[in-house]
Order: sequence, then structure tokens, then C-alpha cells
Amino acid sequence: MKNNDNKYLTLSGLEPLIVTPESNFINVGERTNVTGSRKFLRLIKEEKFEEALSVARSQVEGGAQIIDINMDEGMLDGVKMMTTFLNLIASEPDISKVPIMIDSSKWEIIEAGLQVVQGKCVVNSISLKEGEETFIEHAKRIKWYGAAVIVMAFDEVGQADNYERRIEICERSYRILVDKVNFPPQDIIFDPNIFPVATGMEEHKLNALDFFRATKWIRENLPYAHVSGGVSNVSFSFRGNNTVREAMHSAFLFHAIRNGMTMGIVNPQMLEVYDDIPKDLLEHVEDVLLNRRDDATERLLDFAETVKGNGKVADKQNLAWRETPLQERITHSLVKGIDEYITEDVEEARLSVDKPIQVIEGHLMAGMNVVGDLFGSGKMFLPQVVKSARVMKKAVAYLLPFIEAEKDGKVEAAGKILLATVKGDVHDIGKNIVGVVLGCNNYEIVDLGVMVPPEKIIETAAKEEVDIIGLSGLITPSLDEMVYLAGEMEKREMDIPLLIGGATTSRAHTAVKIAPSYSKSVMHVNDASRAVTVVGNLLQEENQSFKKEIREEYEKFREQFLTRGKQKEYLPIAAARKNKLQLNWSEYQPEKPNQRGVHVIENLDLKVLEDYIDWSPFFRSWDLHGRYPQILTDEVVGEQATILFKDAKILLKRIVDEKLLKAKAVYGIFPANTVNDDDIQVYEDNNREQVSGTFLSLRQQLKKHQNKSNIGLSDYIAPKESGVEDYIGCFCVTTGFGTEKLAKEFEENHDDYNAIMVKALADRFAEAFAEYLHEKIRKEYWGYANNEVLNNEELIKESYKGIRPAPGYPACPDHLEKNTIWELLNVEERIGVKLTESLAMWPAASVSGYYISHPESKYFGLGKIKEDQLKDYAVRRGIPLDEARKWLNPNLAD
Amino acid sequence: MTRIRMNTVWQEIEKRILVLDGAMGTMLQEYKFTEEDFRGEQFKDYHLSLKGNNDLLSITQPQAIKEVHAKYFEAGADIVETNTFSGTTIAMADYEMEDQVYELNYQSAKLAKEVADEFTKKEPHKPRFVAGSIGPTNKTASMSPDVNDPGYRAVTFDELRIAYKQQIEALLDGGVDLLLVETIFDTLNAKAALFAVQEVKDERNIEIPVMVSGTITDASGRTLSGQTVEAFLISVSHLPLLSVGFNCALGADQLQPYLKRLSKETNFYTSAHPNAGLPNAFGEYDETPEQMQAHIEGYLEDGLVNIVGGCCGTSPEHIRLIAEAAARYKPRKIENVITSEVKPA
Repeated sequence: MKNNDNKYLTLSGLEPLIVTPESNFINVGERTNVTGSRKFLRLIKEEKFEEALSVARSQVEGGAQIIDINMDEGMLDGVKMMTTFLNLIASEPDISKVPIMIDSSKWEIIEAGLQVVQGKCVVNSISLKEGEETFIEHAKRIKWYGAAVIVMAFDEVGQADNYERRIEICERSYRILVDKVNFPPQDIIFDPNIFPVATGMEEHKLNALDFFRATKWIRENLPYAHVSGGVSNVSFSFRGNNTVREAMHSAFLFHAIRNGMTMGIVNPQMLEVYDDIPKDLLEHVEDVLLNRRDDATERLLDFAETVKGNGKVADKQNLAWRETPLQERITHSLVKGIDEYITEDVEEARLSVDKPIQVIEGHLMAGMNVVGDLFGSGKMFLPQVVKSARVMKKAVAYLLPFIEAEKDGKVEAAGKILLATVKGDVHDIGKNIVGVVLGCNNYEIVDLGVMVPPEKIIETAAKEEVDIIGLSGLITPSLDEMVYLAGEMEKREMDIPLLIGGATTSRAHTAVKIAPSYSKSVMHVNDASRAVTVVGNLLQEENQSFKKEIREEYEKFREQFLTRGKQKEYLPIAAARKNKLQLNWSEYQPEKPNQRGVHVIENLDLKVLEDYIDWSPFFRSWDLHGRYPQILTDEVVGEQATILFKDAKILLKRIVDEKLLKAKAVYGIFPANTVNDDDIQVYEDNNREQVSGTFLSLRQQLKKHQNKSNIGLSDYIAPKESGVEDYIGCFCVTTGFGTEKLAKEFEENHDDYNAIMVKALADRFAEAFAEYLHEKIRKEYWGYANNEVLNNEELIKESYKGIRPAPGYPACPDHLEKNTIWELLNVEERIGVKLTESLAMWPAASVSGYYISHPESKYFGLGKIKEDQLKDYAVRRGIPLDEARKWLNPNLAD
Repeated sequence: MTRIRMNTVWQEIEKRILVLDGAMGTMLQEYKFTEEDFRGEQFKDYHLSLKGNNDLLSITQPQAIKEVHAKYFEAGADIVETNTFSGTTIAMADYEMEDQVYELNYQSAKLAKEVADEFTKKEPHKPRFVAGSIGPTNKTASMSPDVNDPGYRAVTFDELRIAYKQQIEALLDGGVDLLLVETIFDTLNAKAALFAVQEVKDERNIEIPVMVSGTITDASGRTLSGQTVEAFLISVSHLPLLSVGFNCALGADQLQPYLKRLSKETNFYTSAHPNAGLPNAFGEYDETPEQMQAHIEGYLEDGLVNIVGGCCGTSPEHIRLIAEAAARYKPRKIENVITSEVKPA
């Protein structure tokens, strides 16, 4: 059955809230109300919106299913504050997941609120106070905005203060809304006025009882309508005595709900569980609410004196876990990644066992097993696990001196795993994460670091008797290193499973290129959570069937892959060149650069780069997948992404404030022309005679459909014979200096989480710097797009004019081009960025590439090339064919 | 009370699954229009580049637009969308063409209606309809474009409402049969459009069937503005609609689970016009008509839709196969049709 069929009240924030007859009472959070909370009023007045948001957030965390927002205060600009605050809430998914109640006595504030909330809200409130015409007009607009409405029991005469007036006004309001406005009856919520009891005044004695009776009448006589109310009003006389107030709220709700009240504005932290109210207190409270005795008020007032206390308000939810048994506390710290109490708890544990090692084997492992299970079942995410590891390391570090003092041996690990980033490659974020996660799962990690030669890997594997070798790499030449290492392992008849991971690796490459070189187990594992399962399977005693399965799977995959590859049709390189992209050079004049020659930027303020950061890849490096900023509200990983983002921002601020990383760049823009279709000649000066370097571009060879061209980067630079004076730029930026030192500081404090974070952030800064410098080039240094106005999102989407392709990436996968850039710009001497033997840049957080200005230039993928182009390329490059093959291997068609 | 439906689309949708057209932009690309073509005679001396302003082609290249509509009708579409996806003052600001908005929408509606009428005349048993396409604009009302200032909004509800109202009035004047608020990535924008529809209906004292189509951005199963399928549905169900559905961003295959959830929860008719698969590495849509047809059959087998068509990357050939499949199945049944479009007999 559908909700609009059943006439259920449906509301929405980012998530739905459907009120069915089976629904429990709906709690409406009341703390974000300037008339009810002095703290919130102060925060709004002082425009401390961050803190004001945290009030809203804590209500949602505390169980509020709707939050009431009220800005009705004489000194405030209500329209502005309502708009601002609701806009801010909209960008906080952990708050805006629930529906909003827009609370005001002023129509213009209500309307301002309705105009900024995408979900279906509740308006609180309208009434017949100003007559039928206004009532109808407002109701009609509320319907058009798509909101439910609270109707106060209030009319032209005044507020309903007894049973009869309540039902009279509610019935009249209902008939007008349903009959004249065609308002959906299920979207009508009555507030039949909750007034204080036990005030000592005779006429207030029936206040609660009349509310209960009116509620019952509405639910029985006005179909589909709901009843709500502000509960804390009822206990107004007992301000300062939270014990009584909490009991009174619970008892009131208990009876109101039984009579049909469906929602209410309550402070969930100011509620006692009905069954937990002491019997004598409950009796006194109910005497008052239900008006059971004439002296009920006096008796409750007397009794209240004896139970004065602060109730449960005092922060019970936060530290309750500190009262739990020791093991639970340790597990809690590990699961939640809280390191504040861990040494204290570990010390307590140490005193309770014979040998300190038992704390690791017992308490800590028990906790880490919980972490492992949660992670394995997808209930914890990578950043949380890395935080758990941080707590674990801190605990172990505390215990080590005791263990050593007793000389009581080593902890028995589940297995020993060697990890290394292969020779020539410097990228290690992914490898470090895998190391931490496996470490958490009680594996001993032998981490050989980056740029590790194959001999060292093999030697260490033998000496340390490791159970598994894990290789990582980011740049394409690393793929060949892995193939080589697999071959060496085969030669030595080793029988250690080999795991492959890193950004350029793939199942296809592993299956097609690596697995055939090594007859034992080879697997591609590209995320940390898979690593745990795979390692577990490989190291179980009966692992033969798992290994066999993997081999078969990879063989099958390889066959499929190879047969698929053959279906593609390629053009001979000569034909591809004929079908090159023909730009109309006779009608295009490239912009002359404002700056010529080579320039250096030293120590750019990192603050400038913050705005240029593309955050999506940052989350990806932590195995959280999705686009920023939507990832922050993602149903599955949103919460973790938000926490991670917050932690990243903290470290980012420190890096910026304390200038912990150095941002340096070198760039140059040179006269250039294309010769022989594919070579871009760079000239000393505008006479265009002395060639100072040549960029060799590679051309797409896959046969194209329709009229599409076989593109090479050189197509975007004017051919020499056209006589057009064209230019090309190139650059290298780095933000990597300082990374190692900072990461090491964290590692020494057992804080892998921040150590990995530093590197991930440095990478983001480098990309941001490349983006920033490209913009400067476009708008100033070269100046071919000086009118451009783009925001960060557009930058990420690459909607700018001209491109900055990087060697090693799809448009020009040839890493050797970096040598040419290094020579032209004298990169190493000028800013210190080095190239490894695999042509990875060191420090890792560096970006290099070309600048091309043609308005029609676009990023493209080279795809696969054929043997004929490879041969031609080897001649152009002046290197032996085999060497050319080695460098271009990943791009060769089979 | 006997109820008479004002618009024959209400009768047709009960009889069969209606087929919506496919992509306009993809089809127009094949014409390879140059800057001069975009400008036409009318905007020969315009001070800005107009290449890429597809909506403008309704004025400068009306024949091409009519051809595309005709191709889709020939392929079997029951409904074509007007070439007005960006026809608001807000979206036209990039070209400084705010003052052309009325004309753009009016002409687009008129062109489409002419083609539809020709086809209806030829095949009276299969009446053809024109849906006025109302796009999301290029601004969002509930999200900030500035990461450092989450409270900032580049557009307000009232700005959107006024812009949409203007577009709707011109579309109605041009003769559209329905309105289609589509590619909704921010529900608040859509709510402003629906508010404007309601205002126009009220002022002109007319009824017009309205289709609402949201966009689930990715595998998170949410709109760009963060709503789940169910929350989105609740947020747009306050006014009577012909249909609610999804389009764009995902291929038919990826869209199915969300369509299922939507279909289960609503008593409006449902629609879907997905992309031709997910974009490949070059941003092109390469799902073939046959592949897409197979996925759409999945919808039809499960009885998920009343209106089905294509979005980015789909061609008349896609629509032909979709129509072929749709003809073989019964439309999704709903129990109580919710519409205000009634008059006493």
C-alpha cells in the first residue's frame, strides 16, 4: 500500500519520516529555539553558528526525529536568521537528514523558512487568530510550498483554555482546511495547548486533563489529523527541580500518547523512563495531571522538596561507558578510536594479570577482534580502523617497557607480511594503509619502504621468513618492476603468495602480465579491507583450494581478456597520421605569452592553494568512494567521510599555519611548432631556428568511427609549415618537501592515522598547486584566457580553455617525456625535484606536465598503440627497440 | 461524482505505456552547426558567442528541431519534449539572453506542437503530445557553490519561482500539452517550479498535467542535494501530478532499483528516461539500443513504469526499440488516480 493512499503523514529531510499508526511517538527537538533556550539565543545573537549547529546536531544524535527552529526574538532579524540558520543546516547532512519544523508566530519568517528547505517541513503554526481569510491564504501557500501544518487552538476570540473551546476551534479549523483549501487532512497537526499544572490556581487544575480529552476527541472525530504540543510547558511550576520535571514530562506523555498524541516538542534529555519513575513520585505527579485529589498540588509541592536533584540532565550520555567493566572500556576505546583513557585502562589491565604480555594477547586482541569483525562486515570504515590502530599502538607502546623488563618474549603474530613500493616508485599512501590495517589484524608487518630494489625484497623475504609479499606502485613503469620481481621469485623457486596493489595496477594486468611469470599464488588486491580477507584465506591451514581457485579465476580472466583484445582494429601509424586532428591554422593566431623563459616560484603561501583543492581523490585514498561534497552526506560512508574531512581540516590548518610543507614551482613557456606530424620542437627564441628540445607525442591508433580523428598532442600545436608562431609551456610543482619529516613525527608518536593524512594532504596540495599555477598561466603568465572566471568546481570539471597534460597519464603515457621537461626547465637544480630510475618524481607530492593553449585542445586517452608506432618511436627517441618497449609496455596492443 | 478528465493524456496513459522521446542534444550534434548557424539571421551581430546554446536553435534553425521531433515520433514516441531545457532567465544569463526567454519557449512549444499535430492527424488512434521541458537551471537553491561559505546561495526560491513562471507561461502559450519538471538534482529548485505551476494554474484558472522527474546522481542512491528516493518523493508529492519519475545520470540498468522503490511508494503514474548507460572514459554514452531495450524490459516485466523514454546519449533507434518493447506490456496499475484535473459532468 502506498503512503498517499493510506493518508499517512509523510515528512522529509534528506531522509523520509512516515507517521503510521504503528509509529512510536515522534520527538521534536526543542533546543534550537531562541524563546526556549537562553544558550541558543546567545549563540544566534553572537552569530556563533558553528556552536548553534552543534546544538541542532546533538538533538538529532539524542533522538529528535524532527527539529524545531524558532528565531522569534525582538532583537533579532527573524527572517534573516531563519534563512541563514536553515541554509547552514542544509549543508550539515547529519542534521538535515531529519525534517525541519519552522516555528514562528510571524508569517514572513515562516515563509522565509519554507523557501530554503528542500524537504517537506512542518509549519508551527497558524491559527484562526487573525480571522478566516488570513488563515486560508496562509494554508494555501503552505500547501503550495509542500509542508504539513500545526494549527493552534486559537481563534478570533482567543486561546482555547478548556475542553469545549479546544474541540470547537479544532473542528472549525479542520473543516476550513479540508473543505475550502483542499488541504490533505493527514498533513494537519493540532496543538490543543499544553498549559502548566500545579500553579496553585484553581482554573489550571484541569489543564492536563482537558488536553488529554481534547486529544482523544480530535483523533476520533477529525479523520487523519494528528496532535502535537510543547510538553515542557506542563511542568513550568517546577523550574529548577529537574527530578520532578522529568517525571512530570514522562507521565504527561504517557497519558497524552494513550489518548492519541502523535508528536511533541520535548527535550529527550529531560525525560525519565515512565517505568523508572519512583512509585511515590509518580503517584504524586499523576494526582496532579489527572486532577485526582483536591490537595494534589500541595502534596506534590511538599514532596518535590524531598527529591530536589539535578535529574539525569548532567551529561549522562557521554561518559557512561567509563563506568562499564574493564574489557568493555578497552574495546570501546579501540572501536571508537579514543586514545584519551587507553593508558589508564591498560595499566589497570596490567595490574590484573600475571604478565604484561597477557594484556596484549587478551584485552587488546579481544578489542581488535571486534574492530576486525566490524570492518569485515562493512560496519566500520578505513579511517576508523586506522584510528583504532593508533589507540592500539599507544597501548602497546605503554606496555613494551614492562614486557621487556620481564623478558617474557614476543607476541605471537598471525603471520608475517613484507610490504614494499617497488624500485623507482615513491608512492606509499596505499601501502601504508594496508600495513596499518593488517597490523590491526595481528599480522607482523615488515615494511621496506619506497624505491625498494627487487634483490632486497627477495633477500628480506627469505631472511625474515615472511608468509606473504605485498608490492605496491603508482606509476606505470612499476608494473614492469612487479613482473620482473615475479619472474625472479619463480627463478628462485619461492613459494610465497604475491599480492599486487596500487593505483595503476589492475586485475587485468595482474592476470595477464604478472601471474604467468610466477607459478605460485598471485593476486591483485586493491583495497585494504580486501587485503585482510585475502591474507586470512592465504594463511589458513587448508589454503590449497583457495589458491587453486584464484589461479583458475585468473587464468579464465586472462583468456577472456586476450580474446577480447583481438577484436579491436588498429590503423597503421601512417594512416593514423593522415587521420590526425586538422585544426584550421589559417584562421587562428595563438596568443603570445606575456612571460618568456623559465621562472621559479619559491615558498608559495599554502593558504592560497586551499581553495584549489579537489577533495574527491582524498577520500578515495582512504577507500571512501564518492564525490565531494556529496560524499559527506552519503548514506553509507557519509558519517565517516565527515569525520575524516574534519580531521583533515585540522591537520591542514596546522600545515598552513606553521608552514610545514614547502610549495615550489618552476615553469616556462617557449616558442614551439610541430614537425613531421608528431614531434613538437621547442625553440631557443622566436627566430625558431635553434631547437632546445623536442617533445615526442604518441598518436591514437585504434580505428575510429565516423569522422573522429586519431589524435596526438602534437595536433594542438601549429605545424612548422603553417608559419604560425605557436608556443608550448611546461612545469613542475611540488609540495612534498617537509612531508617525510612530518609523517615521521607522527609515526614516532604511533599516530599512523595522521602520518598517512600528511601524505594524502601533500598530494592534494600538489594537485591544487598545479591547478593554481595553470590558472595563473592562463590568465597572467601566458595570458591567453585573461577573462576567464571559474569556481573550484568548474576547475575540477576542467571547463577551462587549454590543457595541461602530464607525462605518465592517458594523453601521453610516455614517462620519458619528463626527462625533456627536466632538461628544458632544469627542474632538479631549480626546485630540487628529482626523477627516479622509473621516472617517478621525488618527493612524491609533485606534478609535472605541459601547457597547451589551443581552445579546442582536450584531454584524451592514447589507448593502445601498435608495433609499427613503437618502432618509429624508438628511432625518434634514439633508443633501442627493447628499451622503448619497456617504457611503453602498458600501452602496447597485444 | 462523475469525473471528466480534461486532457486526453489521462485516457491514453490508462490504456498503454507512453513513450517519451530521447536526447535532443545528441541529435543536434550531428548537424554540426557552426557559430553562424547558431546565430542565424536573427542574431547575426550578437555580441557573444552563441555556439552551444541549443535552445536558441528553436529560433535560428527551427527546421532541424522539427526534424528531430519528427524522427522521435516516427520511432514511436507518444510524447516529445520541447527544446527548452535551459529556457529560463537564470540558465540563459550565460548568453545574456534573458529577454529572449519568452520567445524561445513559445517558439519551441509551437514547433513541437506542429509536428505532434501532423502525426496525430496521420494516426488519430495514437494521439501525440508535447511536454514542455523545464530544466533544473544551472544554480541550486539548497546548496552553496562556495565550499567556504555553506550558508551562501547563488539563487533564491523567489528568483527561481519567477523565472520558472515566465517559462511556463510561454510554454503554455505555445501550446504544450503537459509540463515536465526534469533532471531535478536539487529538490528545492523543483519545488519552486511546482509553486510557479500552481500560480499559473490559479491565475489562468486552468489545469495542466505535470510530470516531475528527479535525478539520482550516483550509486549512493540520492539526489545531488542529498535526498533518498523516498524523501524526494515525499518532497514533491504535495501537488497533483501526472507522474513522478527519474531521468539522467544513470543508465537504465543502474536506475532500476531506485525506480522500484519509487514505484512501490507512489500513487502517481511513474516515468523513467535514463541515459544510454553510464558515460565511458571519454564521456560518451555507448549503450546500444538493443542493450538499453533489454534493461527497459526489466522495468516492463516488473510493471514499474507508465511513461518511458531516454535521456543523454539516446537516439531514435533507442526509442524505436523501447517503444517496441513497451507495446508488448501492460502499463503499471495504480489504485487511486490523484489529480485535481476534474470537472463535474
